[in-house]
Amino acid sequence: MSEVEAAAEAETIGWRSRLADSDLFYAFTHSPVAIGSAVVTAVILLAALFAPFVAPHDPFDLASIDLMNSLLPPAWMDGGSWAFPLGTDDQGRDVFSTILYGARISLLVGFLSVILAMVIGVVVGLVSGYAGGLVDSILMRVADVQLSFPAILIALLIDGVLRGIVPRDDYDQIAVYVLVLAIGSSFWVQYARTVRSSVMIERTKEYVQAGQVIGLPTTTILFRHIMPNVLGPVLVIATIQLALAIITEATLSFLGVGVPPTSPSLGTLIRIGNDYLFSGEWWITIFPGVALVVLVLAINLLGDWLRDALNPKLR
Amino acid sequence: MTILLDIDGLRVEFPSRRGDVVAAKSITLKLAAGEILGVVGESGAGKSTIGNAAMGLLERPGRVSAGTVTLEGQRIDNLGQEEMRRLRGAKISMIFQDPLTSLDPLRTIAEQLITTMRTHLPIDEAEARRRAIKLMDQVGIPDPERRIDHYPHQFSGGMRQRVVIALALCAEPDVIIADEPTTALDVSIQAQILDLLRSLVKESGAGMLIITHDMGVIAEIADRVAVMYRGEVVETGPTAKILGDPDHAYTRSLISAVPRPDVKLDRFPLVEHIESAGTRKSLDLKTHWLGQHRDYEAVEGPLLDVRDLKMIFQLGSLFGGGRQEVRAVDGVSFDIRPGETFGLVGESGSGKSTVARLVTGIYKPTAGEIRFAGTDLAKLGSRKALNRYRRQMQMIFQDPYSSVNPRMKVRDIVAEPIRFHKLAGSREEVRRIVDDLLDHVGLGARAAAKFPHEFSGGQRQRISIARALATRPRFLICDEPTSALDVSIQAQILNLLKDLQDELGLTMLFISHDLPVIRQMCDRVAVMRRGKIVETAATEDLFERPQDDYTRHLMALMPRMQRETPAAEMA
Amino acid sequence: MLLFILKRLAQSVAVMLVVALIAFSLFRYVGDPIDSMVGQDTTLQQREQLRERLGLNDPFFVQYARFIGHAVQGDFGLSYRLRQPVDSLLAQRFPATFELSLVSAIMALVIGVPMGVYTALNRRGILSRGFMTLSLIGISLPTFLIGILLILLFGVILRWLPTFGRGDVVHIGWWTTGFLTASGLKSLIMPAITLAIFQMTLIVRLIRAEMLEVLRTDYVKFARARGLKARTINFRIALKNTLVPVMTIIGLQIGSIIAFAIITESVFQWPGMGLLFIQAIENVDIPVMAAYLMLIAFIFVVINLTVDILYFVVDPRLRVQR
Repeated sequence: MSEVEAAAEAETIGWRSRLADSDLFYAFTHSPVAIGSAVVTAVILLAALFAPFVAPHDPFDLASIDLMNSLLPPAWMDGGSWAFPLGTDDQGRDVFSTILYGARISLLVGFLSVILAMVIGVVVGLVSGYAGGLVDSILMRVADVQLSFPAILIALLIDGVLRGIVPRDDYDQIAVYVLVLAIGSSFWVQYARTVRSSVMIERTKEYVQAGQVIGLPTTTILFRHIMPNVLGPVLVIATIQLALAIITEATLSFLGVGVPPTSPSLGTLIRIGNDYLFSGEWWITIFPGVALVVLVLAINLLGDWLRDALNPKLR
Repeated sequence: MTILLDIDGLRVEFPSRRGDVVAAKSITLKLAAGEILGVVGESGAGKSTIGNAAMGLLERPGRVSAGTVTLEGQRIDNLGQEEMRRLRGAKISMIFQDPLTSLDPLRTIAEQLITTMRTHLPIDEAEARRRAIKLMDQVGIPDPERRIDHYPHQFSGGMRQRVVIALALCAEPDVIIADEPTTALDVSIQAQILDLLRSLVKESGAGMLIITHDMGVIAEIADRVAVMYRGEVVETGPTAKILGDPDHAYTRSLISAVPRPDVKLDRFPLVEHIESAGTRKSLDLKTHWLGQHRDYEAVEGPLLDVRDLKMIFQLGSLFGGGRQEVRAVDGVSFDIRPGETFGLVGESGSGKSTVARLVTGIYKPTAGEIRFAGTDLAKLGSRKALNRYRRQMQMIFQDPYSSVNPRMKVRDIVAEPIRFHKLAGSREEVRRIVDDLLDHVGLGARAAAKFPHEFSGGQRQRISIARALATRPRFLICDEPTSALDVSIQAQILNLLKDLQDELGLTMLFISHDLPVIRQMCDRVAVMRRGKIVETAATEDLFERPQDDYTRHLMALMPRMQRETPAAEMA
Repeated sequence: MLLFILKRLAQSVAVMLVVALIAFSLFRYVGDPIDSMVGQDTTLQQREQLRERLGLNDPFFVQYARFIGHAVQGDFGLSYRLRQPVDSLLAQRFPATFELSLVSAIMALVIGVPMGVYTALNRRGILSRGFMTLSLIGISLPTFLIGILLILLFGVILRWLPTFGRGDVVHIGWWTTGFLTASGLKSLIMPAITLAIFQMTLIVRLIRAEMLEVLRTDYVKFARARGLKARTINFRIALKNTLVPVMTIIGLQIGSIIAFAIITESVFQWPGMGLLFIQAIENVDIPVMAAYLMLIAFIFVVINLTVDILYFVVDPRLRVQR
């Protein structure tokens, strides 16, 4: 074995032992809450991702839907059938399957909008914190104004405007992207503020000046040196905001301005089921509701734990 | 003499998942009435733990696992929370390091003083206020009747520390624990505060435990000294004895590491008992990369020539009023000849660090000229042309904890300048050069695969030095390179810098607030005050025959701890 | 201080102008206002006359200025859908939203602040952990789902409380109140709880986080070292210092509180401004949307200005001009 290979191997071993040795990993393996919520999140994530293979029915295959099966209660109740473990909705679709497909849409919107917000927010935060001065003042004023218009308001407004411009059918086509845009464009502020304040601290640190003395260009200093040092809190915000984005999407769909009923998310399912609440068919709305809460709670628990684990002072 | 505070066999542990960390083991100390006992040690020696344990204020998860603390005959280490609270402030009190953060920003000084007094003393509001004003006067705050109703932010740092002292003393405690009470202050204010503390203790007959890392403070104020090393008291005795003729080897090496203000030594004597620096492997520079093709044209005259340098910062927001100018550097001129070490000394805010950042191009000067090797740097248009000069000058920073990027491996930190300036061909070669550099600064090539957090402050400063050497510079700027380090580590780093300078023929700009360090390191010195140079002279001339009043004032404030002078009168 | 307030005032006016620009653009360029006002059988000529009379052919800034001029007087034109003046529509709906928000805010503060302080002071206590878990569940429960669950339990299964509307209201001048009738109060319970839960979880977590931060400061440690009573340290020192950042964040959260009011009103069919807004969106009723937008911005600006002034009362560092 050459010297280089030996050194390379030493570094990989270092990586593994560092993981086992790291406080974060230790804290994770010693926190039942963290493990539990990670498992729940992972199960829902996988089930949603592989919904076509996991779900007993394809709720969007019109051929397999039989109106005769509509409004069946869950399997353990009178009149229920194990073919539809959690009952069926008004059109005879299997509630369990629609939940899996719905979670897919919810998670898709959640992840996309968080990624959008993260990219905008981190870049704005980096630039604002590093440049300071006028650039910073302007960006932060924009952030303030943005903050006063929460995602739900923005989405409602965009929806109202688009309804006036775009025909309904076309609108249904782009609904998911409109949601992502509305949520993503209002969630960036928190990243921007957090990253900005971290950058303002990092910027004064001497390793940044050392980079300047070497002659490194500003972009190298900003993205290669400063960015890795400010991403810790971003991870925490992203986790918590994933939960928030899923809730926001569900809320908007519930209000009727989210994704259309033809490809329902969890929020849409709850909205549809809500009409049957008073007539006693509670399962149509409650089961998607439970799925939503379990998913969001698991993600929130994970985010909460992550924040405490990355911030040992708080323990 | 009555013993006020008796710490006997104290052991403090901090349980952690990697086993219990013993912060203090078997500490025995006795503090008599009217006595000032200094506890001195380097960082990690466990000296602050003693104060916190005596106060019953150990931070979680720390706990006293053995030994006793007795205050005026009453055992206090096993008291309940409420009983201990009654004693704190009334019988035993504490002064903290940073006056800027020790006071509640939302309440007036009067409110804070009166609340504290009335918590412990059976007096009414009016009486408390009367006493508070008297106390303010005693701690040397002018115009106490008016000032007492001010908020903390209306006081300067030194004045705030006086307020902190008044607050600590207002319920008339018998024992005062002062934890680094002057570390956050400038030298001139430090001397005043130490005087104040000393006279207050002597007048009241209370006892004071002063915890510090600074031998100068000990020499100035303590009657007796306890020297701590790795959680243990290795030696206790009268100040003059400890400073002049210490028994324990650690104390001896500690004192030998303190830079002497009175005479210039070639090197610091070998300091034992300190972290092992690894063996430093010298390189054969004639054949090595570090010594090769140093493609710099020779200069005639000064290597660096600074003329009438000005840096004016604009404070205040763009829209709001209250805009003001701060003349951080206000017409500074000096030159540095090839091969010499030029010192820049001054108190905080004098503008010395700004000069360093102007020379290296981190800041753009408002006016003035910086000529390096005969070239005016401001006139260099292209980035490329400038980088050619940047490579020739490198900088070593003050804070070893922030001057290396914590997310990068040591190898990448040191390799970055080599890669950026394309100073080596293959990856293989870069790797070998980095290994050699790390060997050369005494870290060892094994350090390359690690992250900075695995190293101590002194070792990180070595990383910083290796990075600075990686561009093969001929000019090195050292901005307070050791002021964040313990004295023994400081001695090692200063020795290393001297060695490197000799081997590589480096020219240095050495910036420090510490006159003794300047004396040990520099050939010529400039003294800075409020953005201006007040005096420039050869080091020995400056120390022996200072011309300027301000220079003389600084000299007078230098803590004297020579072996032959008794540090303080015996109490 | 006056300077600071004036500066803030100027910023507020700027924010209002920007929002007005958005509202005006909505009004003017989303759909054709003329289409919404006249029937299908109006001739092109009549349309053009109307266009001229309404000044829709004037330059952009003239129209914008006119829009602002009208807005300042509260005139936002007629609702496309209801054919009534928008300002009186909003005035009718305002009391319902105000009473709901007021009751829920009081509930959130009265329960949230003590819970936040308690969990900060007794970080490791079982009760604190319980509170924190509860608040996490509170965050994870979408507001509309809380409403649905309450309706299912108390409205459908137990039949204790009405599931929609405001109940009977009493008219006092133009104001209508539900506080004075039994059915009005009963109707208020579920919507108020629904809206309060969101605000409460926010307050609990915020106060806890900020207070923990303050409890770690040197001045709190120094206060302990002086033997001050726990009560003094916790409330006179720590809580007071906690309130400064908490005020700002709450001020900035007004927007989301308004958004959550919309959701609550929608779930409970509460006849407030939020419901009006949702209905306006469904029917592309632009004048109502524009007016609502302006009103929200105005409320936001007023509250944040109040927060700024409160700063001066709480924080002496701002009072002194240095």
